[in-house]
Amino acid sequence: MNQPQALRLHVPEPTGRPGCETDFSYLHVSPAGAVRRPPVDTVPQETSDLTFQLIRVLDHDGAAVGPWAPQVDAAILRKGLRAMLKTRTFDARMLIAQRQKKLSFYMQSLGEEAIGSAHALALVDGDMCFPTYRQQSLLLSRDDVPMWELMCQLMSNERDPMKGRQLPVMYSYKRAGFFSISGNLATQYIQAVGWAMASAIKGDTKIASAWIGDGATAEADFHTALTFAHVYRAPVILNVVNNQWAISTFQAIAGGESTTFAARGVGSGIASLRVDGNDFLAVYAASQWAAERARSNLGPTLIEWVTYRAGPHSTSDDPTKYRPADDWARFPLGDPIARLKQHLVRIGEWSDAQHQQVQKELEAEVAAAQKEAERYGTLLDHRMPSAAGIFEDVYETMPAHLRRQRQEMGV
Amino acid sequence: MNTVPMTMIQALRSAMDVMMERDPDVVVFGQDVGYFGGVFRVTEGLQAKYGKSRCFDAPISEGGIVGCAVGMGAYGLRPVVEIQFADYFYPASDQIVSEAARLRYRSAGDFTAPITIRMPCGGGIYGGQTHSQSPEALFTHVCGIRTVMPSNPYDAKGLLISSIENNDPVIFLEPKRLYNGPFDGHHDRPVVPWSKHEMGNVPEGYYTVPLESAKVFKPGKDVTVITYGTMVWVTECAARETGIDAEIIDLRSIWPLDLETIVESVKKTRRCVVVHEATRTSGFGAELLSLVQENCFYHLEAPIERVAGYDTPYPHAQEWAYFPGPERVGAALKRAMGD
Repeated sequence: MNQPQALRLHVPEPTGRPGCETDFSYLHVSPAGAVRRPPVDTVPQETSDLTFQLIRVLDHDGAAVGPWAPQVDAAILRKGLRAMLKTRTFDARMLIAQRQKKLSFYMQSLGEEAIGSAHALALVDGDMCFPTYRQQSLLLSRDDVPMWELMCQLMSNERDPMKGRQLPVMYSYKRAGFFSISGNLATQYIQAVGWAMASAIKGDTKIASAWIGDGATAEADFHTALTFAHVYRAPVILNVVNNQWAISTFQAIAGGESTTFAARGVGSGIASLRVDGNDFLAVYAASQWAAERARSNLGPTLIEWVTYRAGPHSTSDDPTKYRPADDWARFPLGDPIARLKQHLVRIGEWSDAQHQQVQKELEAEVAAAQKEAERYGTLLDHRMPSAAGIFEDVYETMPAHLRRQRQEMGV
Repeated sequence: MNTVPMTMIQALRSAMDVMMERDPDVVVFGQDVGYFGGVFRVTEGLQAKYGKSRCFDAPISEGGIVGCAVGMGAYGLRPVVEIQFADYFYPASDQIVSEAARLRYRSAGDFTAPITIRMPCGGGIYGGQTHSQSPEALFTHVCGIRTVMPSNPYDAKGLLISSIENNDPVIFLEPKRLYNGPFDGHHDRPVVPWSKHEMGNVPEGYYTVPLESAKVFKPGKDVTVITYGTMVWVTECAARETGIDAEIIDLRSIWPLDLETIVESVKKTRRCVVVHEATRTSGFGAELLSLVQENCFYHLEAPIERVAGYDTPYPHAQEWAYFPGPERVGAALKRAMGD
């Protein structure tokens, strides 16, 4: 009998580290137009093949090709482009404001703008998103959420709708279908399923949209959400934004090596898609497919959006310490804004001049919003919501012990 | 209102029945609570009466059950969920502490979690390590949730209805040792069923027992005992056997609590004993001691006594050495009296 070899622990590593290029071949990128589009009433296990391919619409030249190319009005695409640009401009401005100490903390969504902007178009008023902290594009693609108010939240000032209680970016907009963001990863994923179950229990027509990053799929709540969504056939879209990184941790450490996050869905009996997250048209088409499925009582859909976290994890992070500085430039799926712009120019619905004009308008809009927000204070001038307010909303009515503590504070 | 004899199990079931009838947004789910009616029969018949969309079985996932309930609450439902044993709430800790408890606060009232989480708790049933725990102190330390524990069928129904109607998340702890009858710690004597006890007479329809209100379970003048759950009955027995005229306060709402009733009583009796089944160190008794010391220091004539479970996991074979029975409580009453 052979002597058994000593066992070795496998610890995944990204191919690229500072000073060393990433080999992106692990992504398995399908050519645009190459992946089939099943009917919305497909049986979940029959989406298996789709979870190891990549649904893409926009080809290298910016043409919309294949079965997923949506029939969509150019006006909608222009609106989407504007929403992406707005998100990026907002992010850039708030990053500077954080460096100026006007706010304590910020998280950009650089490179991931298409996902929320296009997904929002597939939802209707009354649907509820359960976002993470990197889906600001869901809010910024709406016309009814004032930008200055978002900035008030970021600056924790006198007009902060969260009354200064929450870290910057932890927005809550019930009326805009945007659930309160929590610092605890993945918790909202199962809550979205519960919300969707409630809609089904009441015989409603609303659906839920759950959001999670690649890293957070390792949390238990990811698995419970898949199980509950499958068991109760909940009308929910389970989005996994795979931006390849969880702070410094490559997606292989989250369990992405030699598999996909979309494949987890099929294993749980959920129809699943793997989609180019930087292809606005593919995001729109896949989101519509999943929304129609949910709204038709056909059950949940899991979608892995393949994208790249182009910016630092947060304003407290320096990615040059763990990944190549030029990584985004080499990412094979490019920049979502550049790609949609190329498409619109190609079909004669956009031009460089228009692009520059809109960019200028948005910069003015964001600057004006910031000026408005700063009227109510920034972190620098300490014009914050009242200290007495910290005792409110712990319970619906303030119990005696909190009344005593408020009195002790002397406010 | 018509009053009928009920066990605590029947009273709790009746509370859910009443609330499901009154409010179409009340839904009940958890492990084995649907078709089977719960491992303790507390949800028996509810699925047959209200349908599978109102009362249903759940996967074995405490985090999933509570997380789902939070999402349903955000939608506008009023979920009443069950964790089969309090010993198994730990996987749901994140959803309880970070989510349910904080949702109203962190969203400045934009979203709320009007949910009730029922958990059978407590020992004295040879339940061993994972069927006997009393984890109330892990909840009372969390800002934003309410922790409630009844000691009899009448309160159980009234408190559960109040909990379901309350718009804050409520941890509803049910001493399973009291499900079928009161228990005074004398495990060697036959258990008397609730049908032989006046507190087993429960109104059939809707009524409430308010939260944050303690009950003077037995008036007395010698010493105040602050307790809840099974230990209310153990304390009553200890008082009877020692002949000490203890005023027994059944907290009912553990936190937020009814401080006024406690302070009034201790200022009158000038002595205080705190009793709970849960382990001693950093148990809820420590908070009760602090409150009495802060509010009644100049009225106290003796150190505040505390009777609790030992600081060990709940053992199996040594159940009655571990369980704080009438003898241990009686000894504390005597110490408080200076004997």
